[in-house]
Amino acid sequence: MSDLAKQPGHLKKAPENFLSDGQIEAVAAGRRDFLRKSFLAAGAAMAAPLAARAAEQGDPNILNLPEWSTTLGKPVATNPYGMPSKFESQLLRRESPGLARVGGASVSFCPLQGLFGIITPSGLHFERHHQGWQDVDPTKHRLMVNGSDESLLKKPKVYTMDELMRLPPVSRIHFIECGANTGLEWGNVAVPTVQYTHGMLSCSEFTGVPLKTLLEDCGVDYKKARYVLAEGADGSSMTRTIPMEMVESGEVIVAYGQNGEMLRPENGYPLRLVVPGVQGVSWVKWLRRIEVGDKPYATKDEAVHYIDLLPNGLHRQYSSIQECKSVITTPSGGQTLLNKGFFNVSGVAWSGRGKIKQVDVSFDGGINWKTARIEGPVQNKALTRFNVDWVWDGKPAILQSRAIDETGYVQPTYGQLRKVRGTKSIYHNNAIQSWKVVESGEVTNVQVL
Amino acid sequence: MFRFSKSVIARSVAAFALISASTAGFAFDHFKGVGRQATPSEVKAWDIDVRPDFKGLPKGSGNVERGNELFEEKCASCHGSFGESNEVFTPLAGGTTKDDIKTGRVKGLSSGELPQRTTFTKVATISTVWDYIYRAMPWTAPKSLKPDDVYAILAYLLNLQEIVPGDFTLSDKNIGEVQKLLPNRNGMTTDHGMWPGAPAKKGGIGNGGIPDVKNTACMKNCKTEVQIGSTLPDYARTAHGELADQNRNFGPVRGTRTLGAEAAKPAAAANPALELATKNGCMACHGVNNKIVGPGYNEVVARYKDQPDAEGKLTAKVKAGGQGVWGSIPMPPNGHLKDEEIKTLVQWIMAGAK
Ligand code: HEC
Ligand code: HEC
Repeated sequence: MSDLAKQPGHLKKAPENFLSDGQIEAVAAGRRDFLRKSFLAAGAAMAAPLAARAAEQGDPNILNLPEWSTTLGKPVATNPYGMPSKFESQLLRRESPGLARVGGASVSFCPLQGLFGIITPSGLHFERHHQGWQDVDPTKHRLMVNGSDESLLKKPKVYTMDELMRLPPVSRIHFIECGANTGLEWGNVAVPTVQYTHGMLSCSEFTGVPLKTLLEDCGVDYKKARYVLAEGADGSSMTRTIPMEMVESGEVIVAYGQNGEMLRPENGYPLRLVVPGVQGVSWVKWLRRIEVGDKPYATKDEAVHYIDLLPNGLHRQYSSIQECKSVITTPSGGQTLLNKGFFNVSGVAWSGRGKIKQVDVSFDGGINWKTARIEGPVQNKALTRFNVDWVWDGKPAILQSRAIDETGYVQPTYGQLRKVRGTKSIYHNNAIQSWKVVESGEVTNVQVL
Repeated sequence: MFRFSKSVIARSVAAFALISASTAGFAFDHFKGVGRQATPSEVKAWDIDVRPDFKGLPKGSGNVERGNELFEEKCASCHGSFGESNEVFTPLAGGTTKDDIKTGRVKGLSSGELPQRTTFTKVATISTVWDYIYRAMPWTAPKSLKPDDVYAILAYLLNLQEIVPGDFTLSDKNIGEVQKLLPNRNGMTTDHGMWPGAPAKKGGIGNGGIPDVKNTACMKNCKTEVQIGSTLPDYARTAHGELADQNRNFGPVRGTRTLGAEAAKPAAAANPALELATKNGCMACHGVNNKIVGPGYNEVVARYKDQPDAEGKLTAKVKAGGQGVWGSIPMPPNGHLKDEEIKTLVQWIMAGAK
């Protein structure tokens, strides 16, 4: 176990013990600024003795006032569009070397290991593009609504952004998860951290017009038109089939807003479809067209990809719902606990079938479970944050979380999932995730059957 | 989902009743001044989807020979001359047998003998491939193919797959016959609970939301032993870069140092040229010291280092794409980059790509 917890803010007596070798290494690793600041503040030439003396009297960070307490700060609007602190350079969207073929048809994962609450900062929202991303000019963007034939819709229409943004909007918080999230792990442990195991997951407040409003404005015939095709304006012109039942329920949104501002280009600016509870590929970005039809479409991303291979060689087609799932984000794979003692174990749970009802956490690999606190209000088909107290005794432990949704469905184990679906189906892996903690405090990814 | 489909049905019956009672303007044309009728030409320009029943399929035809030419010219650089692909791009052809064509089930999918799943080992609907090539390929110049080009290329791919003979001409007239020969045409099932609409028995898809696994919420002494199925392989621990740098350096935990203090020191000087090359796909086809699809940058330097006009020539070549200097595989055009960016990239390559 590292002694890090005894260090920042904690006092040490003797000058020579001010920082142990191990601590120096640890500080160099993670806390370069701490070392530099305390020495700088003490004056370069006299650095070592002064720092040592300061350490005897107390924390130099308290005894020597930092520059932010003794100087004038920066004026308003220095950054007209505010950016995170310069100290927040670690949590970034990242690619996985095992996956990336070519950047235009790849994934960047969301750094779940450092996020709080349920809303994903827009700049950290995961990306999955099939043919690169575009920055579409909103003044030239159009949404067309038409029917696969004329009898399904009275009047095919074209809407500009000006017009869409005049219509009565709704704002709702929903998760979006790629169907292939955790897909790298179907057969065995493959990646080290929650960013790569679960990071094709984000959650935002989306604002837009219910698709139902537009279809009814065009005079849809619900009796005949039971399917909707959504199509993007980018090079891939991504298409997916969506059931009319979902549209009629009012939950499918033609969205332009994300977390209070416009969508980011990587997330489909200026218009994307929001299909709550359904895998991300259906949330067509740069949405240019909606077609209503009387049959499903078997598009490339529902006939060649996003189909789940079963052990008998059949593929499941039109498997769209993201079933109930959860993961502990702190502590998680690739992290090291600072010390024995108290920790708040925290994670997120979500279900494509509705609200999260309960999350249980195990510290012994699933023998015993304890119900976690859920941070409300719990939203429908949205990330739900859970927290649970834990006092780590320094012994090995295996942490797991298990979510239950309002339909009563309980998140399955790897053993249960593989028994039905084998190990090659790529998509829809919602198994219980396990993180193993060893004596050194290091947390690693393991699979418990 | 089964749960709300009942109420939905009730609602659509209500809606239907309203419409059939011709209550004028049931939310139809409700928003004055918002939206206008699409013209037939507009709908034609964008409505390019082709369904499994071939609704939307444009008329036309193309033969295997023409398809072979077009594929070499427009597709082979990424997918390989025989659709076998390279490590980077999706393999299109291969992996099926004559027997599969008879049964409509690709045997390799269940026996585990397939080294990789190509497009034709999976796809059950020929319309899917037609639709996708027409809307999205070639990758760097989507929507540049004419319907006849797509018929020809698809004929070539079907011939590679030994579904049609070398003298075959594919057309809107006979594509339905070809559908009956697709090796995995019987390979899909919709018997699952993951379709969020009406179930098959109500004219929709699937079993109405019934899950395929059933865990229970046991709380105490749920099992006697913890069986570990798999742990993180060593190579995977370090394959994702320095994990210490992927976590905050304060808070309840630290990122585990996976590459050692040494690796952390030369805080990887930002390399904008490499970033630009990676971002724009150059690195998918070129290694710094090795050939991938195109030559290694070291080979490019070796060939051009004594030519004073190399920079101009190479800049033009990268922009326009082309073939013949290094072999028959063409480089796709890179029109999506600014001239300045291409110049930066070429200068960086000629300076050793460091
Ligand atoms: C510059 C590289 C490039 C070129 C040139 C190219 N493709 Fe592709 N192709 C790709 C990539 C990348 C994908 C995967 C896209 C995705 O992730 O959705 C793809 C996917 C496909 C697929 C779907 C395969 C599957 O199983 O997912 C087909 C079919 C295809 N291409 C056909 C063609 C044809 C035909 C041409 C020539 C007209 C062509 N491609 C030219 C890069 C290329
Ligand atoms: C789809 C694969 C592919 C991509 C993407 C690609 N190249 Fe190439 N590149 C090739 C091939 C193949 C050749 C060889 C062409 C020939 O034989 O004339 C080539 C040749 C070159 C050459 C040598 C040209 C000559 O005439 O000798 C340079 C320089 C080059 N590429 C740079 C780039 C840069 C910069 C990018 C990114 C903007 C890029 N390439 C993207 C495949 C690719």
